[in-house]
Amino acid sequence: MSKVDSKIPAGSLAEKWTQYRSSVPLVNPANKRSIEIIVVGSGLAGASAASTLAELGYKVKCFCFQDSPRRAHSIAAQGGINAAKNYQNDGDSVYRLFYDTVKGGDYRSREANVYRLAEVSANIIDQCVAQGVPLAREYGGLLSNRSFGGTQVQRTFYAAGQTGQQLLLGAYSSLERQIGLGNVEMCARHEMLEVVLIDGKARGIIARDLISGKLERHFGHAVLICSGGYGNVFYLSTNAMGSNATAAWKAHKKGAYFGNPCFTQIHPTCIPVSGDHQSKLTLMSESLRNDGRIWVPKQKDDKRKAFDIPEEERDYYLERRYPAFGNLVPRDVASRAAKERCDAGFGVGTSKMAVYLDFAAAIERYGKQQILKLGIDNASAEEIRKHGMDVVKEKYGNLFDMYKQITGEDPYQLPMRIYPAVHYTMGGLWVDYNLMTTVPGMYALGEANFSDHGANRLGASALMQGLADGYFIIPYTIGSYLSNEIRTKAIPTSHPAFEEAEKNVQATIDRLFAIKGTHSVDHFHKKLGKIMWDKCGMARNEKGLKEAIEEIRALREEFWKDVRVTGTPNELNPELEKAGRVSDFLELGELMCMDALQRKESCGGHFREEYQTEDGEAKRDDDGFSFVAAWEYKGQGSFELHKEELNFDVVHPSQRSYK
Amino acid sequence: MNLTLKVWRQNSAKEAGNLVSYPVKDISEDMSFLEMFDVLNEQLITKGEVPIAFDHDCREGICGMCSMFINGRPHGPKQGVTTCQLHMRSFKDGDTIVVEPWRAKAFPVVKDLVVDRSAFDRIIASGGFISVNAGNAQDANNIPIPKPDADKAFDAAACIGCGACVATCKNSSAMLFVSAKVSQLALLPQGKIEATMRVKEMVAQMDKEGFGNCSNTGACEIECPKGISLENIARMNREFYSANITE
Amino acid sequence: MGITGLFLVTFLIVHCGINACIFFNDGGVTFNAAAEFMATNLFIRIMEYVLFIGIVVHIVQALVLTLHNNKARPVKYAMNNGAANSKWYSRWMGLLGTLILMFLIIHLDHFWLKTRFTGLDQHTLFDQMKSSFSHLWVVLIYCAGMVSLSYHLMHGVQAAFQTLGWNHKKYTPFVKKAGFVFSIVVPFIFALMPIFMYAGWIK
Repeated sequence: MSKVDSKIPAGSLAEKWTQYRSSVPLVNPANKRSIEIIVVGSGLAGASAASTLAELGYKVKCFCFQDSPRRAHSIAAQGGINAAKNYQNDGDSVYRLFYDTVKGGDYRSREANVYRLAEVSANIIDQCVAQGVPLAREYGGLLSNRSFGGTQVQRTFYAAGQTGQQLLLGAYSSLERQIGLGNVEMCARHEMLEVVLIDGKARGIIARDLISGKLERHFGHAVLICSGGYGNVFYLSTNAMGSNATAAWKAHKKGAYFGNPCFTQIHPTCIPVSGDHQSKLTLMSESLRNDGRIWVPKQKDDKRKAFDIPEEERDYYLERRYPAFGNLVPRDVASRAAKERCDAGFGVGTSKMAVYLDFAAAIERYGKQQILKLGIDNASAEEIRKHGMDVVKEKYGNLFDMYKQITGEDPYQLPMRIYPAVHYTMGGLWVDYNLMTTVPGMYALGEANFSDHGANRLGASALMQGLADGYFIIPYTIGSYLSNEIRTKAIPTSHPAFEEAEKNVQATIDRLFAIKGTHSVDHFHKKLGKIMWDKCGMARNEKGLKEAIEEIRALREEFWKDVRVTGTPNELNPELEKAGRVSDFLELGELMCMDALQRKESCGGHFREEYQTEDGEAKRDDDGFSFVAAWEYKGQGSFELHKEELNFDVVHPSQRSYK
Repeated sequence: MNLTLKVWRQNSAKEAGNLVSYPVKDISEDMSFLEMFDVLNEQLITKGEVPIAFDHDCREGICGMCSMFINGRPHGPKQGVTTCQLHMRSFKDGDTIVVEPWRAKAFPVVKDLVVDRSAFDRIIASGGFISVNAGNAQDANNIPIPKPDADKAFDAAACIGCGACVATCKNSSAMLFVSAKVSQLALLPQGKIEATMRVKEMVAQMDKEGFGNCSNTGACEIECPKGISLENIARMNREFYSANITE
Repeated sequence: MGITGLFLVTFLIVHCGINACIFFNDGGVTFNAAAEFMATNLFIRIMEYVLFIGIVVHIVQALVLTLHNNKARPVKYAMNNGAANSKWYSRWMGLLGTLILMFLIIHLDHFWLKTRFTGLDQHTLFDQMKSSFSHLWVVLIYCAGMVSLSYHLMHGVQAAFQTLGWNHKKYTPFVKKAGFVFSIVVPFIFALMPIFMYAGWIK
């Protein structure tokens, strides 16, 4: 097994980025004009990178499969964005954000990257406010913060429950500005289907115009993959229906290593599955855990309605197991605890695969506060409840409405039912400190890279990372590569490498149509999802993973024999799009299982049942597994593992404890 | 429940389309409207027919991609939701449901229920931004913004760009969409610097795209899944007149 | 449309005020005096031209916008449930306006043409009203015209404020209410005139 070079600059942790920025080679403005950059994806990472690079003077082409860059799934992030601003004077600092992120990631992330992320976090807030992003404010006119998912300082900036939307629209407006100025050519409703390599360097892509079905060749001196995560391997996830791994997977197959594919995050507060028809899962913001209490009945298979179960017969299992953090333990811990209770037979609702998230206590607490504030004497319980409900409505109204729309139940009266769901993938394309993959000239940003979150991402950190990569990191780091490319003239797309890449893409499309099988693409996707969720989901074990690998291989074979793709290639054809994406998931799923199998420890989002403490907590193996697993593609079903050792010079790994 | 769907089928922008009837059976009331379409499409695929193309992505009401005109109303009979958030419990067994694409000259049909809304992007590109390059910003708390203004800006910024306002407007006017962005930025001190130019450019682009005029019927506000207020249109009008009077 | 509309509203106020003089029921003395003033005052005479320009501009604007709006949706919906999200009269302003225009032509023929051009011979404008409103069909047309006007105003007044950007959290609810009251009261007073005259309550 070889080692991979993460190219971390020398120097003390706090100085690395500053020194790097002062010494990275630059590209002069005249040369920037003739350098073309391809950005695949238009979410927080893609839109911010495309606009920023265009601002610098590069010629940028940006691709997204949706009808507009504003639709990227970053838009659905609810909770907020972390930044080490310390506006609340509660002891936050760059170091503390760095420390929390490394610890939250269960010591499987790269210190230098995380520190840099924490350093630039403050600039992101400045940038967004300057763009007109309406973040929440206090009456004094200054920005408001809240605490979020397992941190002890208030460093999360937010815009009601729509922070992702507001940040994305900010980045989108910057991008549109550059489009209007002619600096970015936007290719919406285009899907990247292949990377073109010339002399070992990424030099362009093959994209399909989803409307006409035509394959197009696009040249770029560098290619940025900003296509998001691969949570849809599980079929049911909180990802958008179109979220896919195709761009990242094609890049992987062309030589980019895939980092930590088994690290997936299961979000603890989602609306439970209601039936077979379910097409996606809806997240309820984690902020609900600030006020909601999670419980299940103490009695197995309790058929009573929630409010008929008296206090002493409820098991507030998070508060019981983790008195220090209670309902605010990190996502992985909360998710596993819910699964544990449901598996043990204490689940609620018709499916028994749900736990209660109860606001009754919060309503009463806030009600009493209001009564005091308003100076009402002898308030009745009903009055207290009413005032409390008003406060809860003010804080979480939109989430409560959403819950009601989906389930048909009123969460002001009944506790919500929640269950964990796949939400985010920490794994992704392996990148070095420059965000460059193992293919020269090919970069990965945002959720698409294996990134800074280690084995588990903290709440409100995804938005931070996507924007950090796009606004403040890639504009510098790409210079170190492009400064050597100023002599490279634009390569005509008639080059044989383009021709061959296009031919391969065409062949895959033709092959899909030629199968003329009996089952729809969704049929296979659902099957894959079930395998992944059952055997490579919240808890994994060797036997299950081995079975999963076999099952996925068989399913993949069946897919290529029996899938039915309707319509024709030369038109808008959602079935063809899905088929291509699912065929990639069928390969990626296997790699995820292989990685999970190889990682014989439990850490963050990766929980191996064989490796747990006596009371069921994750047991890390720092001696054996303190590395990033970087997988090299070696032909279908064959991958080689490379390891990037993780050195913790500043933060010393300790067993996470939220007790 | 069992339903009859009448769905607009149109092969491509160039071909003519028509409403086609499809029976759907055993629909659960917990399904979303789009999941019901998934069921129908699965049936069509099994029969070897081409499934119905429709836009959708996040399926949680925030991306703004889904866009069905259901029984004469954008996003269907329920207020404050997008098509993906509409659940079948809003319908009764035996109902006939007519589903059409958004109709506007500026939103040409691409296929079936899919329309091209890139006109919105071009409007934003014409001025729906604050010209600040990455790295130029001062500290975020240097300019305090009164909370009521920030809240109003947020309410306007909540627009998801789905186009329901255009779809429902008898004039296919995009005033609510454009005014939401103009308003958001006009309310913030950061946006004031370019305010005059912004409103002129955006209105000019809106007209160029072929949207109709506002006749204040208020349908857009009612049908907007995010409840964007008509106040924004008034604010944009104000901005527009003052921009044209002063410059 | 907003500016011309509001201008026409001011005309309605004056017109209604003058005509309401008949309700003094003094045999038209006050009314005729007011009419005489209106017919001879230079400012009013100039404003008469401005008024005509206002009406024409209002109509031309409406035609241009309607044409433009129709073009904005070349393919119509098979099913469009406008009633679910807007008042019918807000969607039928063009039709209401056309009805008002038709009424206006008849109205001008009855009174304005006669006073300005053909002359009233010996009798007064008041006498002219009495004779015109002695026919039931005229009364009915006037009432129908006023119903159209009422609905036109019901949407038009508050819409004009919105178009001109005069929207304010504090004042808009008042504007809406005042617009509503105006749109009922003024056409109602107008409609009472032919009815009272036909019924012979005004002598």
